[in-house]
Amino acid sequence: MSTVGESRAAQAGKAAKDASQGRQKEMIARHYTRLSRAKEEGKKVVYTFVPGNLVEVIDALGMLPVLPEINALQSGMRGRSAAYIAEAERMGHSEDVCTYVKCDIGMMLGGNVGPTGETLPEPDLLLLSYTGCFTFMKWFELLKEAYRCPVVMLHVPYQPTGIITPEAREYVVKQLRDEVVPALEKVAGRRLDMDDLRHRLALSALAEDDLVAVWESARNRPSPIDGYFGGVYYIGPIFTAFRGTEDAVLYYRELRSEVEERVRRGEGPTGPDGPIPEERYRLVVEGPPNWTSFFDFWRMFSREGAVVVSSSYTRVGGLYDDGFRHSPEAPFESLADYCMGCYTNLGLPSRIDMLERAIRNYSADGFLVNSVKSCNSFSAGQLLMMRELERRTGVPGGFVESDLVDPRYFGKANIENRLQSYFQMLDARRNRGYA
Amino acid sequence: MNSEIGDPAGAALERATTLTDDLRLDAVRRWKEAHPGSLAIGILPVYAPRPLLEALGCLAVGVQGGGDQLDIIRGDSYFQSYICHIPRSVVELGLDGGLDPLDGMIFPSTCDVIRNLGGMWRLLFPDRYTAYLDLPQNFDPALGGRFYAGELRRIAGEIHGRGALPLDRDALREAIRRENTRRAALAEMDDMRRREPSRVPASEAYRVARAGSVLSAEEHTALIREYLAGARERRVRAYDNVRVVVLGAFCEQPPVGLIRTLEKAGCDLVDDDFQLGFKTVSGPIPLSREEAGDAGGGALDADDPVDALAIAFLKWGAPTATRYIGADEKGRDLVERVRKVKADGVVFAAASFCDPALLDQPMLEKALDEAGIPHTGFKYSENSAQHQTIREQAGAFSDAVKLWGGAP
Repeated sequence: MSTVGESRAAQAGKAAKDASQGRQKEMIARHYTRLSRAKEEGKKVVYTFVPGNLVEVIDALGMLPVLPEINALQSGMRGRSAAYIAEAERMGHSEDVCTYVKCDIGMMLGGNVGPTGETLPEPDLLLLSYTGCFTFMKWFELLKEAYRCPVVMLHVPYQPTGIITPEAREYVVKQLRDEVVPALEKVAGRRLDMDDLRHRLALSALAEDDLVAVWESARNRPSPIDGYFGGVYYIGPIFTAFRGTEDAVLYYRELRSEVEERVRRGEGPTGPDGPIPEERYRLVVEGPPNWTSFFDFWRMFSREGAVVVSSSYTRVGGLYDDGFRHSPEAPFESLADYCMGCYTNLGLPSRIDMLERAIRNYSADGFLVNSVKSCNSFSAGQLLMMRELERRTGVPGGFVESDLVDPRYFGKANIENRLQSYFQMLDARRNRGYA
Repeated sequence: MNSEIGDPAGAALERATTLTDDLRLDAVRRWKEAHPGSLAIGILPVYAPRPLLEALGCLAVGVQGGGDQLDIIRGDSYFQSYICHIPRSVVELGLDGGLDPLDGMIFPSTCDVIRNLGGMWRLLFPDRYTAYLDLPQNFDPALGGRFYAGELRRIAGEIHGRGALPLDRDALREAIRRENTRRAALAEMDDMRRREPSRVPASEAYRVARAGSVLSAEEHTALIREYLAGARERRVRAYDNVRVVVLGAFCEQPPVGLIRTLEKAGCDLVDDDFQLGFKTVSGPIPLSREEAGDAGGGALDADDPVDALAIAFLKWGAPTATRYIGADEKGRDLVERVRKVKADGVVFAAASFCDPALLDQPMLEKALDEAGIPHTGFKYSENSAQHQTIREQAGAFSDAVKLWGGAP
């Protein structure tokens, strides 16, 4: 995520950086440097996915995680994804399927150069955390073909009603104990130290407490944070390599402190071009952002004074708002509940309940869907979600379409027109007293 | 090609056609009238174990979309343009009352779209029973096996709560026996089709297999046997066609016209995955420890028929795009299958925007290339009406394979 920070700073020009942002940048640069030296230093590398990641276990075994979705989104932000996707499509990958996958395949074919310009190491193990996304399974089947390395699968049962059953928990825990951890230990060449894991899970919970405080700060008017565009920075450490580390604890403590200071000063969030002067619209957003035109997309909101007070995308790598915390008391059970509770692993009714709570708790004026072509896990059902949320809350829904990292599907003028019409509609409703 | 008057298989084929085209589920309505108080439960593609439902006294009904016979009016308003077609027609049928005879629906873990459609169903039809069936992707009997057996018992208990019979071991064993008989009949049809494709054309076999979507295992078996008896009596001539395996059409079904288009283009479809739900498990489901051997791994006991269903899925489940291929080589099974059925090549036919099929395809193509097996591919949707381009493509493929032994 460091290059998100770099790009943001570069694009933002005069916008001042928060100290936490500098800390995050340094953390992530250090991680990529460690990755680039992994082979020469004898460090084992595990590729895994953001939702349902087991980074505390990976760390406790002295291995380094690589998250292909993060590499893909970074490629998107750095303008490289179009070429990577084209390369994958030339190889026979359909234009219809997930562009994260094609971007990752294209990046691999191009030498696996990571976001900092350093070459990423090949995996010693693919940890397929099959959580909320069918494509993950195919993605790692493809990588297995390419890298010829072992794969271990963690099948995380879907939660159609949002209730984790004891049977589902037991299934995940047994897989962790009997298959996943032994596979990781085999590659690491050492046993998992459960005390070390417990310590890391306790650190995770501390960071999660502070992250939730950051999310909840959006109840203030103005909201001191943007919980979508800004939110992707806030989730950076905890969704990637740093959950369960002292670094993450310090980062989230600092971030929380900065946000609380903004609340005390009555300040809104910083946008892509500096502070957003006036909060005119408070939105809840469903769906991932577009990464290829991230700042253009953000400006369409910030220039109109539209602040996202909560979003579903920032819950895809872990849902902590309802009280879940990683727990040292029951490490595997806690990891199982974490995996099963990620946003895209929840059935549509649970997702709608969560978004309804967000709309009410954060006093949103509007609910907006950014529907991305690549991701059926998010997208299938979003139109019904929008209708249902309008029915339940009376808050009007808006809808735009784009893609994750394929610039061919970001129609700037079209999206901007739709957003402006949407904001005008919110104004009209407000002026008539509807909102 | 064989449906003219005097065709010995004509009556069975006509009945199969009527049942296949039965979007309003009239056959299900009739079944319910004949079985008062019994439930009909819909199953979305690809797979849920039908014997479990039959053991509960239910009719298992395959819900496979509206094909090319249904105008989509409301269904389109629920999905973006880049989502495949089958959920649109299923929603259309649901909203239009076409699925009213169904007392419940099971949405298996086929892909994210079918999964999310299950969530939509709960919202659109809150009074109807809706279940999500999480088929295991861990194939260890002690892990995925126990979880899956638990899922089946949970669903059985929920359906019993809706008025079905309680789950009874003997009833389930009987239902498994009936299912095994049905699948033996389907296998016999496939064998005949491979030996003499002109006697059992794929377009007919498809209808006869799909008719089972609205029939009990016993009725379906009778229909298949009637068709086969007729087909045996036919006078047919062999054509100089290429033998192909068609792959990728396991969920959203191609229109029958498209299958006929491939046949007209000079392809004998000697294997396919059109009605994969009936063939997800290869061979008979074991009914005892002896039949299961050590497949239960000490964790599942095939003397318990629920465990037997789980063992069958874990150990003899077809390696399709919806199933995780971990230790095995991707595409190995396809290459073996092509050789076993003596096919000349493979036609990939995937529904547009079908993630499982389209993400699988490059890996399978690579395996075929390495084995020197020619292949071609196209996309369709269930309501595709124009097949001329596909005919030309398939015709060129067929000609190239016949003339030069490879794809153009």
